Amino acid sequence: MKKVLITLIAALGFVAGAHASSGGIAWDKAPNKTNDMAALQNGAKLFVNYCLNCHSAAFMRFNRLKDIGLTEQQIKDNLLFTTEKVGETMKASIDPKQAKDWFGANPPDLTVIARSRSAAGQGTGGDYLYTYLRTYYPDETQATGWNNLAFPNVGMPHALWELQGKRVPVFETKGAPGHEEHVLKGWEQLTPGTMTPGQYDQAVGDLVSYLQWMGEPAQHSRVRLGVWVLLFLCVLTFFTYRLNAAFWKDVK
Amino acid sequence: MAEFKDISPNASAGAKLTNWFENRFPTAFDAYKVHMSEYYAPKNFNFWYIFGSLALLVLVIQIVTGIFLVMHYKPDAALAFGSVEYIMRDVPWGWLIRYMHSTGASAFFVVVYLHMYRGLIYGSYRKPRELVWVFGCAIFLALMAEAFMGYLLPWGQMSYWGAQVIVNLFAAIPFVGPDLALLIRGDYVVGDATLNRFFSFHVIAVPLVLLGLVVAHLLALHDVGSNNPDGVEIKGPNAPRDAQGHPLDGIPFHPYYTVHDIFGVSVFLMVFTAIIFFAPEFGGYFLEYNNFIPADPLKTPLHIAPVWYFTPFYSMLRAITTEMMYALIAIVLGAAVFSAIKFKIPTLFKGILVGAAVVVTAMMLSIDAKFWGVVAMGGAVVILFFLPWLDNCEVKSMRYRPDWHKYLYAVFVVNFVVLAYLGTQPPSPVGERVSQVGTLFYFGFFLLMPWWSRIGESKPVPTRVNFVAH
Repeated sequence: MKKVLITLIAALGFVAGAHASSGGIAWDKAPNKTNDMAALQNGAKLFVNYCLNCHSAAFMRFNRLKDIGLTEQQIKDNLLFTTEKVGETMKASIDPKQAKDWFGANPPDLTVIARSRSAAGQGTGGDYLYTYLRTYYPDETQATGWNNLAFPNVGMPHALWELQGKRVPVFETKGAPGHEEHVLKGWEQLTPGTMTPGQYDQAVGDLVSYLQWMGEPAQHSRVRLGVWVLLFLCVLTFFTYRLNAAFWKDVK
Repeated sequence: MAEFKDISPNASAGAKLTNWFENRFPTAFDAYKVHMSEYYAPKNFNFWYIFGSLALLVLVIQIVTGIFLVMHYKPDAALAFGSVEYIMRDVPWGWLIRYMHSTGASAFFVVVYLHMYRGLIYGSYRKPRELVWVFGCAIFLALMAEAFMGYLLPWGQMSYWGAQVIVNLFAAIPFVGPDLALLIRGDYVVGDATLNRFFSFHVIAVPLVLLGLVVAHLLALHDVGSNNPDGVEIKGPNAPRDAQGHPLDGIPFHPYYTVHDIFGVSVFLMVFTAIIFFAPEFGGYFLEYNNFIPADPLKTPLHIAPVWYFTPFYSMLRAITTEMMYALIAIVLGAAVFSAIKFKIPTLFKGILVGAAVVVTAMMLSIDAKFWGVVAMGGAVVILFFLPWLDNCEVKSMRYRPDWHKYLYAVFVVNFVVLAYLGTQPPSPVGERVSQVGTLFYFGFFLLMPWWSRIGESKPVPTRVNFVAH
C-alpha cells in the first residue's frame, strides 16, 4: 500500500515538473499595494494617461474611483479625458479598426486583465504585468520597434518608454558545456528616461496595483466582511454544537 | 378522506389553528411525521452522514443565488461576459451572489463526491437500497450536465473552448455524431444559439429534473430506511424494537438529526464562506484564470482544461489513444477466450461470446479512438449505476469486509485523485501512461468486482449497531 502511494506521488511530482515552464522569462514578484490609496491613485493616473488611449476598461466606471479615495470632482477634473460623464465606463479613445490596422489585433480590454494573467506555478497576474511592463527592449525586427522578454514578439509598443528610457537585456551563459542556459544578467541603459530605474519600478508597481484593484474593486471589502462572517459562524457553531450535545446527551 | 378531528373550544389559539390546517391538509402533517418526526434513522451515523443534507443545502443555495443572478445576467454572446462583470461591480452585493454560485458549484461536487464515497464504503447501495443509489447516480449525471452548461454562461475563453471541445466529442459518435453535435450547438461552432439553449437548460430544464430526482432519492430512501456504518438493518424482521414497535437502534430524524445537521451545516458554512470571502478563485480551480478573458472564437487557448470536478473523467477520455486501443482489444479478446475456456457454459454460448468479442474488436479497429474515449468517459459514470449488482461481498460495510478490501478502496481513491490531477495538466507522455493505467484500474475495479468482492474472509456482522453515547 505504502509503496503504491509513494510511487503514485513520485509519478505526480514527475509529471508536474515536466510542465513548469512556458513562453517568456520567470516573473518578478510585484509589490502588493492594492490597499495603498496613494499608490492606487497614482496608478489610476498612469492608467488613464498611458493605457486608456488604446486599451479600454469597459466594465469599470470612472466614479468607482471614489473607492480609492478620489472625489467625483477630482475624477472629473483630472481623469476624464475620453468621456464626459463620471458614471460612464472607461472607453479607449482609439478607433478599434485603426488599432487593428496598427497593431495587428485589438488591444485587449484591461478591466480584469490582472485576474486573467495569473498562472499556477508562475505567479499572480500582477507579477506578470509587473514583469511585462519592465522588460521592454528595442528590436528593429519588430513592426513597432519593440520587443518584450515576458511576452516575446508582443504587438504592443513600449507605451512607457519615455519614463523608462531605452535599455537592452544582457544575458550570460551558464551551466555545463552542452547544457548551457541563457540567463538574464541585467540591463544596459541606452538612453535615460525621465525616471530613474527605481522610480520607474515604483511607478509600474503603482500601475499594476491599480490594475489588480480594478480587476475586483470589492476585493478588500470582501475580505473585511469575511472576517465578520467567520466570527459570526464561530459563535453559531459553538451554539449549534451545544444544541446538538443537549439533544444527544440522553440517547443511550 | 381523513377523519375530521374536533378540538375543545377551550384549546389555545395555536392548537386551534393547527387543528384547522390538519383537518384541511392532513397530507402535510402525515409527511412531516413520515419524513421527520417519526422517520427512524440509525443512531450510529458518523461524520460521513452529513453530506446528504449538505448537498441539499448547496442545491438550495444554487437555486436561490441563481434566481438573483438571472435578474442581471444576459444570455447573449455579445453581452454575457459584460453582464457578469456588471454583476461583479455594479449590482449591489452582486459579487457575493456570484461568488456564492461559483463556489457553490464546486462545493456541490465536493459534497456529492464525499456522499458517494460514503455510500461506497458502507455498502449503502446494496439490497434493498438499489434504487436509492440509482436515483443518486442519475442526480450526479444531471449535476454534471447542469455544471457543464452553467460553465458556458460567463462566456470566457475557458467557457467557450471547454464547451467547444466537449460538444465536439459527440461528433465522434459514428453515423449520428456530426448531426448530434449540430443539434446540441444549434450552430456549426459554439455561438449565440448555443449560449441561449445552454442558458435555458441550465436555469429551467436540468434543475427541474434535478429536483424531481432529489425527491425520488429521498422518498425511496425513507421507504427502505437509511443504511449505517455497520450495515446492520435496524428495521429488519429480527431487529430489536421497543413497545411501540420503533427500532431500538433508531432515533427520530427530528429533532436528533436535525440538530446534528444544523451543527454540520454551520461547520460547512465556515469552510464555504472562507472560500467565498478569502479565495473565491481558489487558486484557479473554482474560477479559472483564462475565463477572465472574453470568449474569442478565433483564438484557441494553449491548454484547455475542464473545471476540476470533471477532470477524472476527462483524464479517462484522453487516456484512450490509438495505442491504448490495442491494449483494450487484447483485453477484450483475452477476456472472451478466458471465459470460454474457464466457465462451464454451453458451447453455443461460448461461440456467441467469442463471436461478440470479435465483432467488438472489429468495431474497435474501425472506429476512431476518440469515440472510444467518449465511451470511456461516459462509461465511467454509467458504470456507477450498476454497482448494486456488481458487488458480491457477503457484508455491506467496509468495517466487516476483508482487510484487503480496505487497501483496494484506498488505491481506488488515490487513483481517482491522480486521474483528477492529470486531467488538470496539459498532456504529457508520462501523464498519458499514468492515466491509462488509472483508467484500466478504474474500470477493472468495477468490472471485476463480481469476482474480487467474494475473495477474502469477512468479519462477523453484529446484530446491533455500534453506538457510543455522546
